[in-house]
Amino acid sequence: MTRALINVPPKAKRGQVIEIKTLISHIMETGYRHDNMGKPIPRDIITQLTCSYNGEEIFRADLYPAIAANPFVTFHTVATESGTIAFEWTGDNGFHETASAKITVE
Amino acid sequence: MMDHDPKGATRRDMLLAGLAGLGAAVIKIEPAAATPESMRRAIHQVVGEAPVRKGKVSIDVPPLVENGNTVALAIEVESPMTSQDHVKAIHVFNEKNPQPNIISARLGPRAGRARVSTRFRLADTQTIVAIAELSDGSFWSASADVIVTLAACLEDLS
Repeated sequence: MTRALINVPPKAKRGQVIEIKTLISHIMETGYRHDNMGKPIPRDIITQLTCSYNGEEIFRADLYPAIAANPFVTFHTVATESGTIAFEWTGDNGFHETASAKITVE
Repeated sequence: MMDHDPKGATRRDMLLAGLAGLGAAVIKIEPAAATPESMRRAIHQVVGEAPVRKGKVSIDVPPLVENGNTVALAIEVESPMTSQDHVKAIHVFNEKNPQPNIISARLGPRAGRARVSTRFRLADTQTIVAIAELSDGSFWSASADVIVTLAACLEDLS
């Protein structure tokens, strides 16, 4: 069960730089650990986060096993127009999760 | 989180495992983990033969970390972020985790501000390096030393 939390200001002035915060619950198993039987635990991580603003990609991050469990990533964007900011996470074992937020630009 | 586990045994095991990990990292002469050499290779894969200059980049990371499992990290690059002059990418590397990469972020003029933050893991006391790729093709870097008391990555489940 995964759950994504995103924080986008609901309203912004045109041209304002806004901060976007994303958090998704995920184990981010590194693939370097062993269980109590000494068996290696296979890697299970989120490998990429992409963010698009009204369909145009504005941010993309490649994540590695060094990212802590429940990946938290923040970045900025310029509020250009009202619309939707969409997020997509992909990862190992076919992991795929999406989320979106509406923004009103005045 | 495991640290808040009420059972004493589990917590003790965790601490022992952490200590064992630290000990192993100190004793090993040729560690299997990433070394400054592998970090150099990872950086070379990103920048190629281009020169990397010091400056423009600032790393915001605590100098002393109690728990290497989650370390807050923020990278900011000085840039006007216009279509002519902006930051194309920010890459962060480490020396001593099993893998040298931490995160690679791609941004553009629409970011407005070249600042990215996340939380990452540290397996040992080490130096981390952030490299920014600018739209004119130049590379800028900064490094930060972090001391870790409880390491991540090395402990096994118990």
